[in-house]
Amino acid sequence: MGQCAIIATLLHLCRPMPDHALTSPDPDTADRLLLSARGLCVQADGRTLLDRIDLDLHEGEIVTVIGPNGAGKTTLLKALLGFVTPTAGSVTRSDRLRIGYMPQKLALNPLLPMTVQRFLQQTGADRTMIRQALQETGITGLQQQSLHRVSGGELQRVLLARALLRQPQLLVLDEPAQGVDVCGQADLYRLIATLRDRHHCGVLLVSHDLHLVMAATDTVICLNQHICCQGRPEHVSQHPEYLQLFGRQLAEDIAVYTHHHDHDHDLHGNVTGGCQHGSTLHTHHHGCRHD
Amino acid sequence: MTDALAIDWQLLWLPFAAGIGTALLAGPLGCFVVWQRMAYFGESLAHSALLGVALGLWFHLPPALTVLGTGIALALLLVQLQQRSRFSSDTLLGILSHTLLAAGLVLLAALPNLRVDLDALLFGDLLAVSARDVTLLALLLAVLAVCLWRLWQPLIAITVHEELASAEGIHVARVRTALMLMMAIAVAVAMKVVGVLLMTSLLIIPAAIAQRFARSPEQMAVIASAIGVLAVIGGLLLSWFANSPVGPSIVLFTGVFFLNSLAFSGLRHAGQH
Repeated sequence: MGQCAIIATLLHLCRPMPDHALTSPDPDTADRLLLSARGLCVQADGRTLLDRIDLDLHEGEIVTVIGPNGAGKTTLLKALLGFVTPTAGSVTRSDRLRIGYMPQKLALNPLLPMTVQRFLQQTGADRTMIRQALQETGITGLQQQSLHRVSGGELQRVLLARALLRQPQLLVLDEPAQGVDVCGQADLYRLIATLRDRHHCGVLLVSHDLHLVMAATDTVICLNQHICCQGRPEHVSQHPEYLQLFGRQLAEDIAVYTHHHDHDHDLHGNVTGGCQHGSTLHTHHHGCRHD
Repeated sequence: MTDALAIDWQLLWLPFAAGIGTALLAGPLGCFVVWQRMAYFGESLAHSALLGVALGLWFHLPPALTVLGTGIALALLLVQLQQRSRFSSDTLLGILSHTLLAAGLVLLAALPNLRVDLDALLFGDLLAVSARDVTLLALLLAVLAVCLWRLWQPLIAITVHEELASAEGIHVARVRTALMLMMAIAVAVAMKVVGVLLMTSLLIIPAAIAQRFARSPEQMAVIASAIGVLAVIGGLLLSWFANSPVGPSIVLFTGVFFLNSLAFSGLRHAGQH
């Protein structure tokens, strides 16, 4: 009997950890499951875009999907949001889930006159709520500005404010830092983590830049049509320099990260891999200081 | 006849009412034509109108209704084909509009004792509008106004970003189809005012002018309506006093307004520097 118990315990320990145990940021609160996918497949024109994706997302959790161009990141978001019908598998969203969605790009028709205020009013929010949302996203006083005239970084924050005004239980952000300069990118990801803490919403994030999001995410899913690996990233916020350096290396990040696929989810390997490029990184760092 | 310079309101109030009513609604609708790049769809509706007129003559129905019918058929057919085929919208529209135009021409030729007033069809016959015509136009315009009012926010939302609108719970495909049907209504009405050849100009030009001055979508719609109304008044007066064709006169006014707006905003731009 005793031996059996020991074996059972060993077996239990060797079992792969369930997602929830890996991802839940706070074990004290039972975080509600907001969104889950099982065996999700999407095909288009005979090409497999997504292959048997399993995914769970809980309240208060940040899940980041990373992958190279064409990995199916945006398709995955679209399938999870219901814009794309899966060829096989299922997506379950919790009942009456309020989603704040931030699209990859807002290609606003240049002939459509639109102020920030009017754009945000579309969510049904009043002036006070809009002022608060702008304050929260760090772009106070931008209300009367034309949406055609805001900078790339401001536009991303306006989009984030719009997503927030939906009082979302789930924030879905497709490459939120696109078109934002490097220093701004780190700020933006920090902001997203803050928003998660304040609103206790789930966050589903797409990025092609692993290192920038590492500090702000609970779970990373590496996608290349199928899920290559997933898990909790190293907590790199203690190494701000490291974070900063890798943020300047978009192209090499992808290379490092693709390489990383073959190593399964050994995130430490990633660190070593990155350091091999130390000299190049330094040059880049130097270049940025000139800016 | 004694005084050619006087305006005979007995004769002119119906054309004025029909023209101004059409221009009021062409304003906001025209904004969506500009924003959603639907000019070619408008032209296709105009082409299909000939088949509508032929069907009206065949079945002895008011042409506005049969033109509306062919317009709706075109819109729904296009939506279906867009979902099912790999052709781009403009290719599909090119196929559909010319097929319908050809069908209209063949049907007109097959009609016995054909007497179609081609000028009225191509350039409108606003001065000859009857009380019955105006009643039907008013009815169609009322439907259009209600649709525009109720769908305004969702329409703006899908214009801004379709997927964002979809994530916020708007049925994008439904709203877009509704917009196409509204355009079919507008074209059936505008045919009477400026004729099939010029009808998209009444939608596009006022909106294009308004865009230069507006700060919000609503402002743009209101300014476009106002410009359309001014052009209708100007065109009707020109037609009355100078005996010019009324539809082209109205469109000419919008065109002149557009050129003026270019000069005006050019000056304003220069003033800012």
